[in-house]
Amino acid sequence: MNEMPNIEQATAMTESKISADKVQVYYGDNHAIKDVDIEIQPRSVTAFIGPSGCGKSTFLRTINRMNDTIEFCRVEGSIRIDGEDIYDPKVDPVQLRAKVGMVFQKPNPFPKSIYDNIAYGPRIHGLARNKSELDDIVSSSLQKAGLWDEVKDRLDEPGTGMSGGQQQRLCIARAIAVSPEVILMDEPCSALDPIATAKVEELIDELRENYTIVIVTHSMQQAARVSQRTAFFHLGVLVEEGPTDNIFTNPKDKRTQDYITGRFG
Amino acid sequence: MSEHTVSAYDDELTAMAGKVAEMGGLAEKAFADAVSALVSQDLALAKSTIVQDERLDNLHQDIEEKLIEMIVRRQPMGQDLREITAATRIANDLERVGDLAKNVAKRVIAIDSDLQNKKLAIGVEHMTELALSQLKKVLDAYSSKDAEAARRVQEADAEVDAIYTSLFRELLTYMMEDPRSITQCVHLLFCAKNIERIGDHATNIAENVYYMVTGERLPEDREKMDETTGTA
Repeated sequence: MNEMPNIEQATAMTESKISADKVQVYYGDNHAIKDVDIEIQPRSVTAFIGPSGCGKSTFLRTINRMNDTIEFCRVEGSIRIDGEDIYDPKVDPVQLRAKVGMVFQKPNPFPKSIYDNIAYGPRIHGLARNKSELDDIVSSSLQKAGLWDEVKDRLDEPGTGMSGGQQQRLCIARAIAVSPEVILMDEPCSALDPIATAKVEELIDELRENYTIVIVTHSMQQAARVSQRTAFFHLGVLVEEGPTDNIFTNPKDKRTQDYITGRFG
Repeated sequence: MSEHTVSAYDDELTAMAGKVAEMGGLAEKAFADAVSALVSQDLALAKSTIVQDERLDNLHQDIEEKLIEMIVRRQPMGQDLREITAATRIANDLERVGDLAKNVAKRVIAIDSDLQNKKLAIGVEHMTELALSQLKKVLDAYSSKDAEAARRVQEADAEVDAIYTSLFRELLTYMMEDPRSITQCVHLLFCAKNIERIGDHATNIAENVYYMVTGERLPEDREKMDETTGTA
């Protein structure tokens, strides 16, 4: 009886959405990420936790090559999405970022209308053949982000005029609009109040059905609430990764234990 | 383990474990007193045991409130979370031990006559010794966070159950031989059952200590030894 779930788990493990193998990141001489191996499961939420400067955001940014924009930053090892090496010279970073969307700490809507915020990505990627298709993408993205009812009558108003929580959900809707497969979130709720946070967390839980989500968070309670798996980073090393419940009730590594129980300086 | 960044959290955890240990001491004493009142038909001791149970109840309530407060204020994780959940459960078990001891003390007053059969008293005493030593060992295992000691307590519970089974049979025999002894024997039977239950609570505590220390469930690897269930 006990054998069955293990076999299922093993099968699931072989179908990782993202696999990182011996990933190193250097900022000049600073070795920021050391030998990180991780398998990220499709259609699930994986949380990266760890103290400030542990490399969790740096590692997150390697997944859609955001570090390419930083001078002196060098990435080694391999990161594959659906088996394809994203650092292959043939890969177009712009196409990659359409497939791997990102949401940042501070909501950063474009200084444009709500409609144009969503329509921007589909336009540059040529995802809509005409105005009516574009309208459909805008409305369905806003619906998926749980924002439609709040904004449907004011799509031409500026996105920057919305509340912080609405802006963040607008950014999530904007990420969804280009039909990504993976959504990376770098502390998406740290600038939001508890109610806006709860709405974003609810949204993350719904998005999990269709997307692979990786979230960096400083709030362990948030990691515990939204994720199925949790990875703990410390000093550029991936210390421990496993089912979220295990990480928070019975972590294997002393460093994880010290961090989650608040024993770390 | 190293200390929390917030040192008040350490103080709260230490205070909590101290209170649970204090409950353990009170429960042990109530149990020992109740049985010694039973064996020597000491009504005064029985009465004071009954009164003392209130202290255990108050302490239990106090611990529960503190634990809830810690969950609210600290959002415990990992080892801390396990210590807090274990303390909640252990405090519950100890409160029940107190109730069972109190019930034995009440029966002393109900019997209110010398035990007709000294052999039975010896059986009850022997069972008590074992259950009491189980309780002591498991409380030590809790204080010293010793998972192995907790495991041994779980294993030894079979002995308490075996004595209970033999006492049960003996009592049945006496009741059949002399119907006038039935009232007293039924009281004794309940007392024996209470003591056996105290052994079970010690086992529960052992399981919680094991989980608290290791994060793993203690496998239940023994057959239930209580053979009276089919007949009782």
